[in-house]
Amino acid sequence: MRTKLPSSANIAPSEITPEDKFLSRRALLAGGLGMGVGSYLGFNGRAWAEDAGAPLTYTRNAEYSVTDAPNSFKDISTYNNYYEFGTDKSDPSEHAQKFRARPWSVTIDGECEVKGTFDLEDILKPHPLQERIYRMRCVEAWSMVVPWVGFPLADLLKRFKPTANAKYVKFFTLLDLKQMPGENTSVLDWPYTEGLRLDEAMHPLTLMTVGLYGKVLPNQNGAPLRLIVPWKYGFKGIKAINHIKFVEAMPQTTWAKSAPDEYGFYANVNPAVDHPRWSQATERRIGASLFDQRRPTLPFNGYGNEVASLYSGMNLKKFF
Amino acid sequence: MNATRFVVKPLLFIACLGPAIYLGVGAFGLWGVSLGADPVHTMLHSCGNWALKFLLITLCMTPLRDVTHQLLWLRLRRMLGLFAFFYAVLHLTVYIVLDQSGHLSAVWQDIVKRPYITIGMLALILLIPLAATSTAAMQRRLGRRWTRLHRLIYPIAVLGVWHYWWGVKKDIREPLLFAGVLAVLLGYRLYRRYQISAHAPRVTAQEKLS
Repeated sequence: MRTKLPSSANIAPSEITPEDKFLSRRALLAGGLGMGVGSYLGFNGRAWAEDAGAPLTYTRNAEYSVTDAPNSFKDISTYNNYYEFGTDKSDPSEHAQKFRARPWSVTIDGECEVKGTFDLEDILKPHPLQERIYRMRCVEAWSMVVPWVGFPLADLLKRFKPTANAKYVKFFTLLDLKQMPGENTSVLDWPYTEGLRLDEAMHPLTLMTVGLYGKVLPNQNGAPLRLIVPWKYGFKGIKAINHIKFVEAMPQTTWAKSAPDEYGFYANVNPAVDHPRWSQATERRIGASLFDQRRPTLPFNGYGNEVASLYSGMNLKKFF
Repeated sequence: MNATRFVVKPLLFIACLGPAIYLGVGAFGLWGVSLGADPVHTMLHSCGNWALKFLLITLCMTPLRDVTHQLLWLRLRRMLGLFAFFYAVLHLTVYIVLDQSGHLSAVWQDIVKRPYITIGMLALILLIPLAATSTAAMQRRLGRRWTRLHRLIYPIAVLGVWHYWWGVKKDIREPLLFAGVLAVLLGYRLYRRYQISAHAPRVTAQEKLS
């Protein structure tokens, strides 16, 4: 069943200052990122209904962007973990090309007043998009810098009016054994699920992501809708979300279920808490010079000023 | 005899060098060869993987001799074993120089704190005396002790596969395959030992097993 969402007064993409857009594009081009010029032409409106690679309209959020050099589109789109398409880093880009990310619907239910199954377009329509260049730290101790396009998850969640019982948010990936060959294996429990405490979900850094490098998200990077929580290990960034549920108790999450001694619910980037089998003190920056890739890992992946207060008083060695 | 020496062995040598050449070419991005977005991981994993494969291939030579009644296999064994050592050393070198960017204190911390690295390191250290005594002269000089020393290859192979298994994040299918092949190869030796002691008690198992 598809439900119509209550419409709300939001900034239409057309109202976004073209100059900002122009400047942000210039800045990116000056950075040698080699992007297409499609969005110069004022492409507007329903870009989010388009297939992977279609240009998006967005503004750049400099406040929430790091100054590290972003990785190339090629690195970001050919090297990642997405076990639904295989366990090798190159599997997603090889096996996700035929994945149908549109049409798409998202079910929202649980402890909230507005529930139902909505077309992706209705989910995305009210939200102006922003680009944020975030650090991405994988639990496997490598890292990248990625220019995501999305909007604050908080803005989306508020529309569904979570009740006082909503303490956590649980996310589900599509379960589709035909389209996602990895889901036929038992390497993880399917569908992939993730969760955040409500205050984490509502934090302005938490990004509901629909794009990469100014274009609609490639299938292998989690199209059409994925989560980015930059102060947590990458596996918290659940992909191809088709169900969001407000819940009262801490939800079970896929990796924590798979190996509870190795992966926790919080999964905050923390150089002081090692993975039982490898160190988390340092990370290797993909794309850096071959002989100089190791760099120290920062607490909360460098976002401590913004998020450390969420965890004050908590023993982060215990709640890893 | 000469065909082995002048044709088979040189060809095998070049073939065994293939993976290292490929990784070297890819590391520098020559001729369009790419090692992907994370060349360090590709090199690290690939060298370790080939070290294990060469260990298992080396362990296939005695069964192949038994099955085919050809001594050729034993004449290739030393080169294959040395290539296992070669790729293990490359694996360690990539780990220290590229993966850890030469931070020796971090490497030492890993060796003492991470069991899967400890046993991998142990396997490599145990390979050193085997490589050092691989010459025909050493084999003659050590005589029966050589055979006994080189039986270290069995625990080394177990440690190597274990190292791989333990290091994998979640998908253990490949380490499982390696472990399966190793189990067959070691099981074969147990079977032979049993067979020999049951049917020909006067021939020592040690001689047959070498």
